[in-house]
Amino acid sequence: MTQLPATTGLGFKAEHFRDIMAARGALGFLEVHAENYMGEGGVPHAMLAALREDHALSLHGVGLSIGGAEALDRDHLARLRVLIDRYRPESFSEHLAWSSHGAAWLNDLLPLPYTDETLARVCAHVDQVQETLGRRMLLENPATYVTFECSTWTETDFLAEIVRRTGCGLLLDVNNVFVSATNHRYCPRAYLSSFPRHAVAEIHLAGHDTEELPSGPLLIDSHGAPVADPVWTLYAEVLAQTGPLPTLIEWDTDVPEFEVLLGEAARATALLDAVKQGHPDAA
Amino acid sequence: MQPEPSHAALQARFHAALWQPDPPRGLAAVAQDELAQRFAVYRNNVQHSLTRALAARFPVVEQIVGAAFFTAMARVFIAASPPADPVMLRWGGVLPAFLDGFPPAAQLPYLGDVARLEYARGRACHAADAPSVAPEALNVPGLEDLRLRLHPSVHLFASPHPAVQIWQAHQPGSTRAPLRAGPNHAVIARAPDFAVVVEPVDAASFAVLSMLSKGATLGHAASQADPTPALTLLLRYGLISDALTGDIQ
Repeated sequence: MTQLPATTGLGFKAEHFRDIMAARGALGFLEVHAENYMGEGGVPHAMLAALREDHALSLHGVGLSIGGAEALDRDHLARLRVLIDRYRPESFSEHLAWSSHGAAWLNDLLPLPYTDETLARVCAHVDQVQETLGRRMLLENPATYVTFECSTWTETDFLAEIVRRTGCGLLLDVNNVFVSATNHRYCPRAYLSSFPRHAVAEIHLAGHDTEELPSGPLLIDSHGAPVADPVWTLYAEVLAQTGPLPTLIEWDTDVPEFEVLLGEAARATALLDAVKQGHPDAA
Repeated sequence: MQPEPSHAALQARFHAALWQPDPPRGLAAVAQDELAQRFAVYRNNVQHSLTRALAARFPVVEQIVGAAFFTAMARVFIAASPPADPVMLRWGGVLPAFLDGFPPAAQLPYLGDVARLEYARGRACHAADAPSVAPEALNVPGLEDLRLRLHPSVHLFASPHPAVQIWQAHQPGSTRAPLRAGPNHAVIARAPDFAVVVEPVDAASFAVLSMLSKGATLGHAASQADPTPALTLLLRYGLISDALTGDIQ
């Protein structure tokens, strides 16, 4: 199985299909949300099959509820397996979050406490995913607005232990780091310095919204704005440590013209190119 | 000292609070008095994203009742019938029946059928792919013994209300025609160019199409009514996937 290239990719939006086909090969890779391709046929599969011919593919799930207290949905795992067998993506990733409770799917990435109990459960879920899909998965760090009184692990130690126990890789969302650090009033650089960088196989960059609380800003992970300047700075600092990594520009709401996304991608590519020149072996 | 709540108990509390005014116990934040505002981000994300997903699936229902009514209705519907799994393109199949029995919409008896039509369009959009036969496939001797396999996206829609006409009146660029009293029939399907079509048909052609969809021979279906309009429509939109003699497997 090949890997995503250490270049810049975009989250695929159907309205940009013609632009992407016209720009054949200009993008390093494309990322799609797995759940949007779980219909039987029609436009989504026709577009993805056409795009797949010229692009490396990252399949990004938003529905497995890996951080949930309940057993994983075996039907959903089976649907993922079908998609992976059909499109052979270079990467499959999911979130450290939960999104199902009982018979309800909630369409959001909800937070979990970091305890010995949740660690064991998340690791069992990651093991089950990797066994069912027959491949290593990447787990993404969350953006959060609250924490839990009962948490006994830091998020970075929790992630590092998941990596150690399951062998999974990590998807480092630098915007999520900045959002969570701002919201919980800690230093994003301290978080990144303790992040298990060796396991990072992809980076996400996205925009956020800002609300004001009496104690200071509350950032919302909206995926509906340009990447913020402090996030670009953190991204460059991460690359200086890790060397070049596949980097995705995520923009899911209020999707702009394709040229705007290309502009964001070009900015990431310039930073990747700079670090490739500084890391001739890593390129 | 109280024992720590289990993961399952915390998740159940968190989930319950998504539908209640107060945040759950057990959360922490740098300023505890801001917990409600912080938790509200999750509550808003869940309710807003599900409401917008429903509106994307049922845009004409939203146009008919207005955004404020739709949002209030969606809140009741989502609490009662949330998505059962992450495949959102399948969600909403029970909204029509919910609307049929939703007292605030009792003055709009056709609303449930407009929702059925919109849901059928979504199903057609994501139905399995299948080939389309060329018109010559029907240019054979023994035509009356042919049975047709219709494209998987074909849905035969019928309503005792003028639901098709109402739906059409809410399409961009439509001109308002006087409403007939109903009933309405239509073929809802996906053409080879991926356009989802809603083609009104009369009751006679609907009867022919119903028989064809159940595997009747053309000759048998023609005993209902002249099959020409139905066959013309099926061929125009590439909705015949196979034409064969003998039983359809």
